[in-house]
Amino acid sequence: MAFKLPNQLRALYTATNYHHHHRILSPLAGASQSFVFSLRRLFADVPPLSDPSSAPPPLYPHSTKTSLAPSSLNQYELAKFAAIAETWWDSEGPFKPLHALNPTRLAFIRSTLCRHFRRDSYSAKPFEGLKFVDVGCGGGILSEPLARMGATVTGVDAVEKNIKIARLHADLDPSTSTIEYCCTTAEKLVEEQRTFDAVIALEVIEHVAEPAEFCKSLATLTVPGGATVISTINRSIRAYATAIIAAEYLLHWLPKGTHQWSSFLTPEELVLILQRASISVQEMAGFAYNPLTGRWSLSDDISVNFIAFGTKNSQ
Amino acid sequence: MELLQILPNLAMTAKLAIMTLLLLEEAWLAWLLPVPWVASMPLTKDLNVAIIDSNPALSSGVSIKKEEPPDPRVSTVTPATISIFKEIGAWKYIEQNRHAYFDKMQVWDYTGLGYTRYNARDANKEVLGCVVENRVLLSSLLSCLQSADFRKTIYPSRLLTLHRNSSSTKVDSHSSGLPLHGQGNLVKLDLIDGSSLHAKLVVGADGSKSRVRELAGIKTTGWNYSQNAIICTVEHAVENQCAWQRFLPAGPIALLPVGDNFSNIVWTMNPKEANDHKMMNGDEFIKDVNHALDYGFGPHPKSSMFGDGGIFSWLKADVTSASEFFEIPPKVIRLVSDRMMFPLSLMHANNYASKNIVLIGDSAHTVHPLAGQGVNLGFGDAFALSRVIAEGIAVGTDIGEVTMLKKFEVERKTANIAMMAILDGFQKAYSVDFGPLNILRAAAFHVAQHVSPLKRGIISYASGEQRLPLFS
Repeated sequence: MAFKLPNQLRALYTATNYHHHHRILSPLAGASQSFVFSLRRLFADVPPLSDPSSAPPPLYPHSTKTSLAPSSLNQYELAKFAAIAETWWDSEGPFKPLHALNPTRLAFIRSTLCRHFRRDSYSAKPFEGLKFVDVGCGGGILSEPLARMGATVTGVDAVEKNIKIARLHADLDPSTSTIEYCCTTAEKLVEEQRTFDAVIALEVIEHVAEPAEFCKSLATLTVPGGATVISTINRSIRAYATAIIAAEYLLHWLPKGTHQWSSFLTPEELVLILQRASISVQEMAGFAYNPLTGRWSLSDDISVNFIAFGTKNSQ
Repeated sequence: MELLQILPNLAMTAKLAIMTLLLLEEAWLAWLLPVPWVASMPLTKDLNVAIIDSNPALSSGVSIKKEEPPDPRVSTVTPATISIFKEIGAWKYIEQNRHAYFDKMQVWDYTGLGYTRYNARDANKEVLGCVVENRVLLSSLLSCLQSADFRKTIYPSRLLTLHRNSSSTKVDSHSSGLPLHGQGNLVKLDLIDGSSLHAKLVVGADGSKSRVRELAGIKTTGWNYSQNAIICTVEHAVENQCAWQRFLPAGPIALLPVGDNFSNIVWTMNPKEANDHKMMNGDEFIKDVNHALDYGFGPHPKSSMFGDGGIFSWLKADVTSASEFFEIPPKVIRLVSDRMMFPLSLMHANNYASKNIVLIGDSAHTVHPLAGQGVNLGFGDAFALSRVIAEGIAVGTDIGEVTMLKKFEVERKTANIAMMAILDGFQKAYSVDFGPLNILRAAAFHVAQHVSPLKRGIISYASGEQRLPLFS
């Protein structure tokens, strides 16, 4: 019985993960949280902890080792998350396409932002002293390289599990352990009146209910003269064939239903809603996939995946 | 040093990537490969590098007296390697010591049915390569490194064991209380002298009997050639300006210029004969060498006169060496060094990279010396690895990550395996004395001699042209 639980956790995790960009906690995400609490109850044999961080956890009753310190229960929780955290970070696992795409996205970000902030592009840490926010950070695949490039990074995601995993993985490397992860939304950050030099939201906007409102929030988070980077999928026939049919049904890169073609934005629409939010798009590029080498590269073809860099009008 | 004492160091170096290079005494060139490149590139010069090598030359330097005869351990560096050295500013140190450029090469075999002469001008080059003593290469790279403003720590010891965190970390009720994620993605290395250190990336450049490769559990494929090579330095009455190689029934004998009137001999033969030649007295050895280079085992090939290329005559008009006569190598008059003997084998690691560990040079592949390519493949590896690391750092990659290291592996595996296959093919083709095969080989000699596009292609490939650096 105990063996099945981690597997169920993993299965549930993989299913919920692709909805991690929803602004509102979806019923599925809520269910996953209560599932975690019920797990705790099973292992601890005590009533569920309402606030895990406040009450000191009791001694693990099934333990045969009496020398265990009182903190062993937290370690056990961490171990469970540590066991499945690797799927997010397993570059051969279900997130393989994202890992393959990541260096290409970073190349675009590095190139445009170095130019915008007038940083030396040959420096190993060009973003030193700049505050970045990664909206919809997931497991931190984008946040960590940005932190290594010297930026002060805040990663936000609406799904608690992702934040936990991101935190665990970031702590493995001293250069990324300074990343601040919060389980929150862009709107909540706006309420807290936080601002950043660069706001980055990659592969998020196609999952939000109100793209225009989302862009307004992103713009408010950006300081005047700062940068906003958004990437998404074009609403074109080619994108339907590639990103939905090929990726979801043929190659099984993503679970079916990850993307809705109707919620894709065309580049013109994105430029327009960003303009209404006082962000002028300066550069745009596309990602092209070479099936022979399995590598992604930047290209001028924005008919499927594209990324846009804009600056906040300074007024 | 206990683990707990290392942790404060970790905190101090929190923002720095730590790269470790390892080396055993025998393979003393290896670690020098990537370190100077990494020191010279702007993206990587902030890396903190630890060099683990028990070779005393690291702290005391290499002393080379100009009056000394050349050491028999030499390497032929190709033009591609020369340009790599120039790029990091190390070539000027080599030019201060003895070195020998050569622009001509003659290859023939014992059957006397054919020969090929290569000239650098055939491919519009100045030189085909340069023969440099290994200790000169070592000293020049050391000088280059000392003059670079670069953070490196030298550990004069050898690697005992290393420990990587496996990906599925489980909380052990026996754990000492240290937070698991404190060690994280780093590799812990224990040295023989008791010290230990942590690193993000371990580069195993420790030769064909690599300890790093053994600890990483990387398997190899390969076979022993039933041949040993004898190397020594000899002297002529005149300066030798050409590289000579004659394929004999038991293996090739090569005569390479090393500068002044000296040449280096690499003579491959079966183990018993090799041992005899190592043990016999010097004069007898010299007689044997001259015999092998001259009329031993078979006649001289007939020289091709201009216009005598037969069916290929219409192709050879633009290549100078096609009309060159066959020449007899200069006579050896004296043996000036000890004779050293090495067994030869082919080895290729199944993978060059795994998590946090990468292999370069002889620890990843060894080849037959018949084309002087071994060390050049290693330098090519080092250069490619430095470039891949720089590209990884540019986009904030964790340098121990396998995906990034696999990029290096894919790039170099293709090049290395291609070269190894060709060299192995040559070795096998020349080890059989069989009439029809002899004639085929002779035909190959004629074709290479007279078909100039092929000759240019051969020269370019052997010069390492595929691996010319891309100037960033």
